[in-house]
Order: sequence, then structure tokens, then C-alpha cells
Amino acid sequence: MRLFVDRAFQVVALAVLCLALMALGALILDVWQDGARRLTWDFLSGFPSRRPENAGIWHALSGSIFVILVTAALAVPVGVAAAIYLEEYGTRSLMAKLIEINIANLAAVPSIIYGLLGLGLFVRGLAMGRSVLAGASTLALLVLPVIILATREALRAVPPSIREASYALGATKWQTVWHQVIPVALPGILTGTILALSRAIGETAPLITIGALTFVAFAPDSIWSPFTVLPIQIFNWVSRPQPAFRANAAAAILVLLALLLTMNAAAIWLRDRYQKKLT
Amino acid sequence: MTLRPRARSRGFEALIEWALFICALLSIGTTAGIILVLAIETVAFLREVSIVAFLFGTEWTPLFATPRFGVLPLVAGTTLVSVIAMLVALPMGLLSAIYLSEYAPPRLRRVIKPVLEILAGVPTVVYGYFALLFVTPLLQRFIPGLAGFNALGPGIVMGIMILPLVSSLSEDAMQAVPRGLREGSYALGATRMQTSIRVVVPAAFSGITAACILAASRAIGETMIVAIAAGQQPRLTWNPLVPIETMTAYIVQVSLGDTPQGTIEYRTIFAVGMLLFLGTFLLNLASAWLRERFREEYG
Amino acid sequence: MNSPGQPVRSLAAVAARATRPAADKPAKVRAERLNFYYGDTRALQDISVDIQPNLVTAFIGPSGCGKSTFLRTLNRMNDIIPHTRVEGRVRIDEADIYAPAVDVVALRRRVGMVFQKSNPFPKSIFENIAYGLRINDLAGSRSELAGRVEESLQQAALWDEVKDRLQESALALSGGQQQRLCIARALAVRPEILLMDEPASALDPIATQRIEELIYDLKQAYTIVIVTHNMQQAARVSDFTAFFWLGRLVEYDRTEKIFTNPTEKLTEDYVTGRFG
Repeated sequence: MRLFVDRAFQVVALAVLCLALMALGALILDVWQDGARRLTWDFLSGFPSRRPENAGIWHALSGSIFVILVTAALAVPVGVAAAIYLEEYGTRSLMAKLIEINIANLAAVPSIIYGLLGLGLFVRGLAMGRSVLAGASTLALLVLPVIILATREALRAVPPSIREASYALGATKWQTVWHQVIPVALPGILTGTILALSRAIGETAPLITIGALTFVAFAPDSIWSPFTVLPIQIFNWVSRPQPAFRANAAAAILVLLALLLTMNAAAIWLRDRYQKKLT
Repeated sequence: MTLRPRARSRGFEALIEWALFICALLSIGTTAGIILVLAIETVAFLREVSIVAFLFGTEWTPLFATPRFGVLPLVAGTTLVSVIAMLVALPMGLLSAIYLSEYAPPRLRRVIKPVLEILAGVPTVVYGYFALLFVTPLLQRFIPGLAGFNALGPGIVMGIMILPLVSSLSEDAMQAVPRGLREGSYALGATRMQTSIRVVVPAAFSGITAACILAASRAIGETMIVAIAAGQQPRLTWNPLVPIETMTAYIVQVSLGDTPQGTIEYRTIFAVGMLLFLGTFLLNLASAWLRERFREEYG
Repeated sequence: MNSPGQPVRSLAAVAARATRPAADKPAKVRAERLNFYYGDTRALQDISVDIQPNLVTAFIGPSGCGKSTFLRTLNRMNDIIPHTRVEGRVRIDEADIYAPAVDVVALRRRVGMVFQKSNPFPKSIFENIAYGLRINDLAGSRSELAGRVEESLQQAALWDEVKDRLQESALALSGGQQQRLCIARALAVRPEILLMDEPASALDPIATQRIEELIYDLKQAYTIVIVTHNMQQAARVSDFTAFFWLGRLVEYDRTEKIFTNPTEKLTEDYVTGRFG
């Protein structure tokens, strides 16, 4: 009898798991059904229009890519540098511990709060306006904790024997870090960075809050220009009652998911090559 | 043997360390920035609205002709959706965790875990689409009184989104429980289910609780699903079938409009944001404290 | 006299008697009442020893007796470990290496180290050797660099085996070859002293023999200190031997004396295998 209950429990648990996975399947299927037929070259390269059949996403797609590139340029050097400090230079000092706790907390702050920070600090305080730079700065602060944590993991994975050998030859700490530690940790750092950026590309709330406009109809041409991103365009179309816009939203979702898939695949490919290199 | 220092390289090393330190300090700057930005506007807000009226008022109509600034309807909306999400995510997440930790053969684990990661990685705006245009219509077939915007649909979808978080953190906690405890239970003739539920889960309890608290914090701070599918009608109710508005959705609503800086409407989003920040901060603190305690127990 | 089971009451007295052999040349490395602490735990107690130039000195003793710790104080590698403290002096050529103004980086170039588990960098064979030269600004032109690399590999008796594959990864070499590469890497920066921490303990007997032959050849030009738990190796390879026990130096003398006619009973018990 007990064995029967045990078996039943196992089946129930597995069924619950499958239910969750089926939800994912339903989501993808639903989006595909709604939007696949709108995936044309015109859609990808076109601009928004009041008539849903003519609308395109180039303004949002280029905006997304541009913003992510600027975000990377801001967040990656600072994040890697901070991680190097904490992992290689920070002793068990109180300051380092404080910074660590702080980073762990920042990683769990809701993204919309970063939007409010961006609004108060970048858009108004530093007078960047509703520009690509303000958006990228906000997203950079958002992904910074993730990049720092991922880089620290990669640095920790470097065997201490390599550092010892370098010091024993008379190398300074920075020489050791720059010539030996970073090259070995680089694939891991890149993997973590790409994953962090792939999260950023799906972020909507912080960018809406800093005022990324929902009716921007052009591709951004400089870091000072107004912009919009793919998730915001999706939000915009979902909010319209006409069913034709629903198809556009679904198609845009497919493009966004494809973008995410590419980034994650790149990260995983990098990680696998990294594993092979160390063994 | 000369052992005199090379002055030039010593200066360079010190400069590098200083630059790296500044980068690390930026994280403290971020937290300080968040607190500062929120506090400045909240303080200005509270000069015009009493804190009692804000925290305990039951009507939220800041954009009306006769504005009311009682935040309870927003808090109620947030709580309602979060509770629904937790009711979905907790049991399902825990069951998945038990299955993955105690039952699943390694090959199955290797397949299921990445798929769960995918669930966690879907952008929330996509989940919002799913909630509004698939889940709610589906539910409307079974619940005739369900409004187009409601708390139930997004709540369920949010639960699915949070499920991987509960599952993976709980699984980690259970994996940290030493084998010896399980073996002792098996040796007494217990089944896997009895061992899981009566031995492993209680042993991993503080770790699992930490996971749940973190998931709740995530649910409270979630924005797009509710902004799309839950509605924009602040309402002090426990009814999941009617439109409501959450704290996060309100901030989005105002940001979409063109509210000039310095007005009280502008300040409301910071006041609500401050409340949100404090709430999630306390939850994160509790979760981290529990996780520390759990780590101390099991090394 | 003391035997292993009993608490050591007069070990301090024993250490004080540890003989310093008559020096025909001034000591290359001199430790004066060196004490070393990991946090609050004292790992080395009152170590005083003179290490002779151009000879091989072996440190022997059971596991955990402090011989590796002491070795690492000679090139200040213990500085990397947090919460450690040194009292006393270590002089190299009469200059105290723990003086406040000492440049540790320059010290480590003069005192090379080879580790127990070979740790080549995950780079090419050539780059492994070139790294030390580059960071210490020791080679100007590309050809000078190549020359120094070949010279080090020759010294480590590895040149013939790798001369055709210098650009291949160092990790592709066998265990014995990797250790000789690490020796070549250490020799490339032309140290005066070479510290070797159980260099052959992870190697098979044939590779071990090659390392021992190498040590014999190298002592013409370098002062070598080798830590080993293998007493036969110490007897084969070294000119002087220091026996450590529980963080103290028990006896220090010419190798033949230590192994055939030691002064301290503790030493005799250890080398005859009564405890280990």
C-alpha cells in the first residue's frame, strides 16, 4: 500500500513538472500561431504605421541592438574591474564584505526601481534626457551585479597554482591578473556577460520608466537620440484592442525570442569550448 | 643582492588597484543612488500628503480632480496577484524540486533543468501577452464572470514564471542535506516519498523558506505581466476576477503619460517606488539571513 | 633522550644544539630565530639555520612538521596567505628580506621556486619560459628572448625533447616533462637560489631519477634547497640535511652524518623509520 502511495506521489510530481513545461509549450505555440505569418522582410525592416498590416519593427529592433551594445560598453569594463578587485585584491576587509552584500542585494531589486533611479539620476539629474545613453546607463546598472557575480565565478575557477607560479617568478599582482588569470577566465566571463545582456534585452519596465517613448518611429542615430526597444513595441501593440495588432505583437515576440535564443546559444557554445580547453 | 623597490612599477600597481576599487565602489553608489532618488521625491511627496493618509488611505486617485493618495488599493492589488502566484509556484515548485532532487535519474535531470531555465528566461512582456490573450480567455470559458483584466490570469502566469526559482533554490537546499540522513531513513524501511517529505524537506526547511521568500519578493516586484493583463483600476478587494492595479503597474501607467517633473503626480511614482523598494528589501534580507543560517547548518 | 610518544620538554634545548657546520664560505641564506604564525597558531618555532652556497640542502621530516612552510618563508611566498605573521629574520647575502623597504617582487626573481605539483601555465612551451623574462624586462629583442628560452630548456635537460614543438601547449607534456619545464621556467630568470618543494613526489621513478640528476648538475651554478619526504632521495641528492619536527629544527648537519650517525635520538628514530 505504501509503495502504491509512493508511486502515485512520483507520478504526481512528474505530472506537475510536465504541466509547467506544457505551459511553456502552449505559450510558444500560441505566439507562433498568432504571429508567424507576419514574419516577412517588410516587417523586419519597416517602421510603425497606423495600419497594422503595414507596420514594421525596424525602429524597435535597431533600438534594442543599439541600446544593448552601449549597455555592454558601459557595464562590462566596470563589472569585470569590480569583480577583479573583489576577487584578487579585496582582502577579508570590512569594505569588501560590505560591497559583496550590497551586490547580492542589488541583484534582487525589482527592475522597475532601476527605472526610477535612471529617471531621477540620468534623465533629470544628469540631464541626459530620454536618450539611448540614459537607457543604456540604466540597463548597465541593472546588469552590473550579474556581470560581477559571473566574472567572480570565472575568476574563482582559475586554479590557484597558476597564480602561485606567476608570483614565484617575480610577477606583480597586476601582471599575474592581466597575463595569466584573465586569459584563462575570459571564456567564462564572456559567457556570463552574454547571459546578462540577454536578460537586459528583454527588459521593458525600466526603459518605460525613463521614458523610452512608445511612439518613436525612427531608428536611433546617436546615443543622444530618443529610442524605443522591441519589448516596448510589443507592449504597445498588445495594449491596442484591434486584433490585427495582436498578430504584430506576436510576430515581434518571435523576433525577440529568436534574438534571445541566438545570444543564449552563443553563450552555451562558448561555455562548452571553455570546458574542453581546461581538460 | 639588491632588494630596492622599483618605484615606477609600485606607483603603477597602486594606481591600478585604486581604479579597480573605484569600480567596485560603484555598486555602493548604485544603492546610495536608489535610496537618494527615492527618498528625495518621497520626502517632497510627504510634505503634501500625510504619511498616515498615504499608508492607510483606501482610495488611490491621484490623477483625478479631487485626488486621493491612499496606497492600500495598490498594495492590495500587488498582494492579491502575488498570493495567487505563490499558490501556483510554491506547491508546483516544491514538488518539482522533490522530484528532481530525490527521484529523477541523471539523464532526465539534464533535460528538465535547462527547460526550466528557459521558463525563467522568457521576457516578462511575453508572459504578459500570454496572460492577456491566452490564459484569461481560456479561464473565461470556465469562469463566466471573469473580466478581461483581472488578477487571476496574470497571477497564474506569474506563478509559472516564478516556479523555476522556487524549484531550483529548493532543490539546492535539498541537495545540501547530507546523504546520511536519507540513508538512515531508508534503513528504517521508509519509502522515498516518506523520506523526502518527512526527513529531507524538514532538514532543508530554512533553505526552502529562503527560496519562497525570494520568490515572493520577485512576484511583488514584477511589472509587465500585471501592467498588460491585470488592469488599471486601483481597487481594495480580494476578488481575483475583477480588474485591479498593482504598485508596479501604476508606475508604468504614469510613466507612459507625460507627467511634468515637480508635480505631485510625478512624485507619487517615487513614493510608491519607495514602498516597493522597502518591501522587497526586507524580504530579500530575510531570505539572505535564512540562507546564511542554512549554510551554517550544513556547511 | 626524547622518543616520539612523549611530550617534548627539552626540544628547545635540542634545537639550540643543532650544529652549524664549519663554513668555508659565508652562508647564502641565514635564518635567525624565525617564528611563523598562521593566525594564532605558531607553525615554526625559533628556526636558525645557515644554508651554504652552491650546495644542495634538504629539509626532511614527517608531514606537517613545517618544512614546506619554512621553505616558503625564504621567498616570502607566505605573504600571499592572509593572516600570517613572521618574527625573526631571514637574511640572503646578509640583507634581511623581511625589512620594510624590501621589494618582494625583486626578491622572488632572485629566489626561484618549483612546486610539488607541476603548474605550467596553460600556454605554449615557449610562452611558459618567456613569461618570466617578459615581466622582468630581462630580454630585449625577439632573438635574445629565443636564446634565453633555449638556454633554460637546455639547463633543465628538456631542450632536445621539445625543440621542435615549442609552440605546442605545455599541458600536452608528460608529468615529468612538465616538472622539468617548471624548473626551466624558474631558471630562465637566472635566480641565485632555487627552492624545490617535493619536486618529484608526483612523478614515476624514471622521471624522478632525471630530476635528481638535474639537481646534481644544477648545484654548480645555484644554491638549492629541496624539501622531501623521501629520505632516500635526501640521502642521494643533498650535501646538507635539516630535520624538522613539530615546527622546530631538530638537527642540521652534513647529510652523511645525519643518516649514519645523527646526534639527536629523535633524528635517529626518524631516519631509521621508527616513526614517520
